[in-house]
Amino acid sequence: MKTTTVLLVGVGGQGTISAADILARAIMGAGMQVKISEIHGMSQRGGSVTTVVRFGPEVKSMVSDLGAADVIVSFEVTEALRAIPQLSENGSMIVNAEEIKPLTALTGRVPMPENAEGYLNDMGALLLPANEIALKAGNPKTMNVVLLGALSKRLDIPTEVWEEAISGRVPPKTIEANLAAFHAGREYIASIEA
Amino acid sequence: MILLSGNEAIAQGAWEAGATIGVAYPGTPSTETMEVFAKKEGVYAEWCTNEKVAVEVGIGASCGGARVLATMKHVGVNVAADPLFTAAYTGVNGGYVILAADDPGMHSSQNEQDSHYYAAAAHVPVLDPSDSAEALSFTKDAFDISERFDVPVIIRSSVRLSHTKAPVECGERLAYETKPYEKNASKWVMMPAFAKPRRKVQLERIAALEAWVEECSYNQVIEGDGKIGVICAGACYQHVAEALPAASILKLGVTWPLPAKKIAAFADSVEELYVIEEGSEYLTQAVKACGVNLAAPVNGLPADGELSPRVIREAFGLEVPPFKESRTDLPGRPPALCPGCPHRIVFKELSRLRAIVTGDIGCYTLGALAPLSAMDTCVDMGASVSMAHGMELALAGTDHKPVVAVIGDSTFGHSGLSSLISTVYNQGTGTVCILDNRTTAMTGHQGNPFNGVTLQNRPSRELDLEAVVKALGVEDVRVLDPNDLSVVRENLKSATSSDALSVLIFRSPCILLDKKHPAPFAVTDKCTSCGICATIGCPAISLTEGFGAAINHTMCVGCGHCSQYCRFDAIVRG
Repeated sequence: MKTTTVLLVGVGGQGTISAADILARAIMGAGMQVKISEIHGMSQRGGSVTTVVRFGPEVKSMVSDLGAADVIVSFEVTEALRAIPQLSENGSMIVNAEEIKPLTALTGRVPMPENAEGYLNDMGALLLPANEIALKAGNPKTMNVVLLGALSKRLDIPTEVWEEAISGRVPPKTIEANLAAFHAGREYIASIEA
Repeated sequence: MILLSGNEAIAQGAWEAGATIGVAYPGTPSTETMEVFAKKEGVYAEWCTNEKVAVEVGIGASCGGARVLATMKHVGVNVAADPLFTAAYTGVNGGYVILAADDPGMHSSQNEQDSHYYAAAAHVPVLDPSDSAEALSFTKDAFDISERFDVPVIIRSSVRLSHTKAPVECGERLAYETKPYEKNASKWVMMPAFAKPRRKVQLERIAALEAWVEECSYNQVIEGDGKIGVICAGACYQHVAEALPAASILKLGVTWPLPAKKIAAFADSVEELYVIEEGSEYLTQAVKACGVNLAAPVNGLPADGELSPRVIREAFGLEVPPFKESRTDLPGRPPALCPGCPHRIVFKELSRLRAIVTGDIGCYTLGALAPLSAMDTCVDMGASVSMAHGMELALAGTDHKPVVAVIGDSTFGHSGLSSLISTVYNQGTGTVCILDNRTTAMTGHQGNPFNGVTLQNRPSRELDLEAVVKALGVEDVRVLDPNDLSVVRENLKSATSSDALSVLIFRSPCILLDKKHPAPFAVTDKCTSCGICATIGCPAISLTEGFGAAINHTMCVGCGHCSQYCRFDAIVRG
């Protein structure tokens, strides 16, 4: 079995790192090896962020590569477009259908990419309104866990293991909300793939 | 098994080895190491004013018999190089381990440099863990090596080791007894009479290390098909093992001194021998000096930046997976000063003044980016103040724009202070702005002498910044509110138009320090789309032609910086 590469991309502050932590806990819970690589520093100030999670029976390199990601989970539409070269030939993309404009676009100095969602749709990316789903499930801050729910449909990790990973990582008061968000993400995928 | 980053594993290894003292100056990618160490039981840890001071405190603590961990980023080693080179003469009493965390690819640094060169130049052994588990075990063992050979030991990390979490098995803490201190001037007083014999001791030690390194289990051969042989070290090994699964690999855990015999034997065991390293020639040159012939990958390895399995395969002309090109119409997303950042108005006004701004290292380096574009230079910690002086010297007698140095509070404490002393001493002119946001913000809000917060929350005192600057002999020292546009504008104007040296201390806490904010602002229909609010570079403000400005309610922290610029009273609270 080869090493699986999951790329989590987004904008600083969106919760990519805690999502990666939960994913890694689930992977370990499923008895596999895992490495998580993240870049700190300037990411705190609203820049693009990338976290790489690699897992399998044995994991060597901790980075992703052009054409190497099996799954890309993007927390934002423009970052999904930016991550496309990382996607492997048979890879899949899960994208939060939210657009956050970078400073250059906010002030009209550069335009936003046209037809971003259509482009991603045409590529076979799975777009979901994760912010909205999180809000409906009870807590808008659980958007990242909604995306993990969607991701769980693409990975061979038992649901109980995911639940344990979430419960062990999020603040105790928010466990229920996060589990609800996880299942809402799963159900959304099930509903559109039914 | 638990998941630990390389940094966390290094802290754990030091703790398990019985280290009781930790010293550091924060810097990405090293920072969390000391933060994690500081939380362990039975340790004392502190932020020092800079890396040189940290390494010296460490030498003192080692001399006093404790096991000590010092941590810093690669450019911090430049600052600490002076004590490091001579600590390699004095040697240690308690084991002394120094983390040098490199940043190939420059994710959060002003340059990429290879700390191996320091180890070789200072004659200090360097260990190269390749993952978190080795980071823990190598660090733990490094204290024994340090005491056995009477020398500090460097642990060399890189961003992909420091910031990669991987499974680790943690152990118990060793019951280490602090060694007794005994006066020994010939070992610790490095004046020529004593340093000369210590140099001989050092040469004997090098020979002993060279013998030890041949047997050291950290230098490990991973058998392959014998056709391609690769010598590599650190996190780079992981890329090599994945990119070239059939290769025989000599994975070096000690990269100075090198095991020359082991390298020669490995060279004999393979058809072609390669060295793979990241953005450096250190290992290549050092291996060549062992007298073996190296082959070069057919397409060559990149001389800069990070490696990856794909980059290595491309260098060897091997097949790589296809990928889809990126769209070319994507807007970049560089980091920006946060909404409400107290530095924003200062940079906007410096930009209006068209001042020549010598900048420094910290969040405020982001003031160099559009639309503020208010920085002309940034080189190293403290350079803003000294470079402003040099710029004034070169421009003297010409009709030039005002020269203004901009430096943060922590950076000023790190080394800006000694620059300012030199400027005052040499009767320098110009304007120095100290952006005192009461913290070391960029690396994650560490304490510093000017906010009086210490690493383990021990009581301290805030150093009186204005009193310090006045005591240096600066007559024009002003403490100002950077959130008040008229105050910033008037003071920058008067300070830059006077011939005297002025120090303007802009004091307001980093916006991230306080989670509670006043009500956000909103744009009313008085907006004329003039666009001035968009020129301050606030991520909460957007501007759409024909529709005017808008403020993102969830991002706005109610600082009111933009409303002070609006000439039509169109930005109001609520």
